[in-house]
Amino acid sequence: MRRLLSTLEVETSRVVDGPDDDLDAGPVGDHPGTADIGFDPARPYALHPQVALRPEPFGALAYHYGNRRLVFLKRNALVALVRSLGDHPTVDAALDAAIATGAFDARQRSSYLKALASLAASEVLCAPAREET
Amino acid sequence: MPPSPGSTTAAAPRLVEQLKSGLDAPICLTWELTYACNLECVHCLSSSGRRDPRELTTAECKAVIDELHDLQVFYVNIGGGEPMVRRDFFELLDYSVSRGVGVKFSTNGYFIDAEKARRLTATDYIDVQISLDGADAATNDAVRGVGSYDAARRAMDHLAAAGFGPFKISVVVTRQNIPQLPAFEAIADSYGAQLRLTRLRPSGRGADVWNDLHPTNAQQRDLYRFLIERPGILTGDSFFHLSALGESLPGLNLCGAGRVVCLIDPIGDVYACPFVLHDEFRAGSVRDRGGFTSVWRESELFVGLREPQSPGACASCGSYDACGGGCMAAKFFTGLPLDAPDPECVWGNADDALAAVDPASLPSSGPGHSKIPKADARPAVSTNVTLKPTRHRVVVSSS
Repeated sequence: MRRLLSTLEVETSRVVDGPDDDLDAGPVGDHPGTADIGFDPARPYALHPQVALRPEPFGALAYHYGNRRLVFLKRNALVALVRSLGDHPTVDAALDAAIATGAFDARQRSSYLKALASLAASEVLCAPAREET
Repeated sequence: MPPSPGSTTAAAPRLVEQLKSGLDAPICLTWELTYACNLECVHCLSSSGRRDPRELTTAECKAVIDELHDLQVFYVNIGGGEPMVRRDFFELLDYSVSRGVGVKFSTNGYFIDAEKARRLTATDYIDVQISLDGADAATNDAVRGVGSYDAARRAMDHLAAAGFGPFKISVVVTRQNIPQLPAFEAIADSYGAQLRLTRLRPSGRGADVWNDLHPTNAQQRDLYRFLIERPGILTGDSFFHLSALGESLPGLNLCGAGRVVCLIDPIGDVYACPFVLHDEFRAGSVRDRGGFTSVWRESELFVGLREPQSPGACASCGSYDACGGGCMAAKFFTGLPLDAPDPECVWGNADDALAAVDPASLPSSGPGHSKIPKADARPAVSTNVTLKPTRHRVVVSSS
């Protein structure tokens, strides 16, 4: 099992694991669904402006100053992927680039995609507003 | 999806294990800004009352905040004493927020009037926690002092009127107030506030009232069920010793002392956690060369706490993985070895060891900063002969 994410809601000390995540830091709490926020890997995403990333030996801590949620990103490859999102026109393109550079195996693509969807659901990532044309 | 052959997943230690071995900076820390307090609660963890003349100056506090900013400590829990009695309270609050260090502060509410409530509402990244230890004045004031219930409710009214949003109501769970948990919920709901329950510790003046105030084992089971049914209630990971009862409570369920949390006291001393203000758990001072960062990363105490801990007397207990042996501070101040079961072990595994503790051997936090010096606090002069390990008897009266 991948263990890519844990979310600790600081104010509630709640640990919520990512959807494809082995439970290793506490019980699974309720987690905002990824479907209802309409995560779309064909669109660009970026780190939410209210989120700070702190590098850690296991990956990084992400803290959202707005919703006070603390997320453990449990792979350095995931941290690098998150940081790279802004350089790519779509989430899919960022995943392809990461695989092309050997950051992780192509078979792990769906795990990383789910982790990104979970990060979007926690508002660690956000989609830039749709361009008005 | 099964691990792929080339995956590094298998080699990665569990997050909890990584947290136990410590981080380069705390995830969050508690900072008692002052020992001065207008109240003198019987269970005060920091034995607060009088201001310490060595208190950190405004400039020193700002230097600490700068360090926390550099360490990317995202938020700090500010307490005391009563932090709002510091004249530079709002200055430090604004400075901290401006440096990206969010503030959650605990207060008895006496100093939150309409104007302060509006000011707090206008500041981003501030969380306010009002202490309330009884759902009615009689229960609360027996612990926190006459008038403290009304003052806390007034502060809540002001915050609600100012549109602050979901502030927190922080309750130390005691034998006396456990029957009131639904009433606390109702109070929180009436304000749209969040209820926060934390564990009583035998620390500071809490040692004096521990035997009278700590919940019974039957009450602990009620509390566990209450918390399991209400995962939205905040606990600050306080009750992980109850996870031995079955399903883990929400949270990391580990003792974070010196590993992911610590405490800075009003004079800048750094302790392993908010519940161990005792020389044995003092790691250093922010005034030392190298500041807080060096204390956190290099102090002998903290480095030692990040070593694997022995399960000791709990080694043969099937619940050890769930509760981790409980709270270090609770053991220490009840006279138990640090590898003994928690004094409130739900299986009663500490009962024999507790009965064998010589009250005269109990560690003392010293007089602390209580307004009335605890002349009778030393066991050597205690005239109260008790079978249970307490330093002296304190009658909690609601009259």
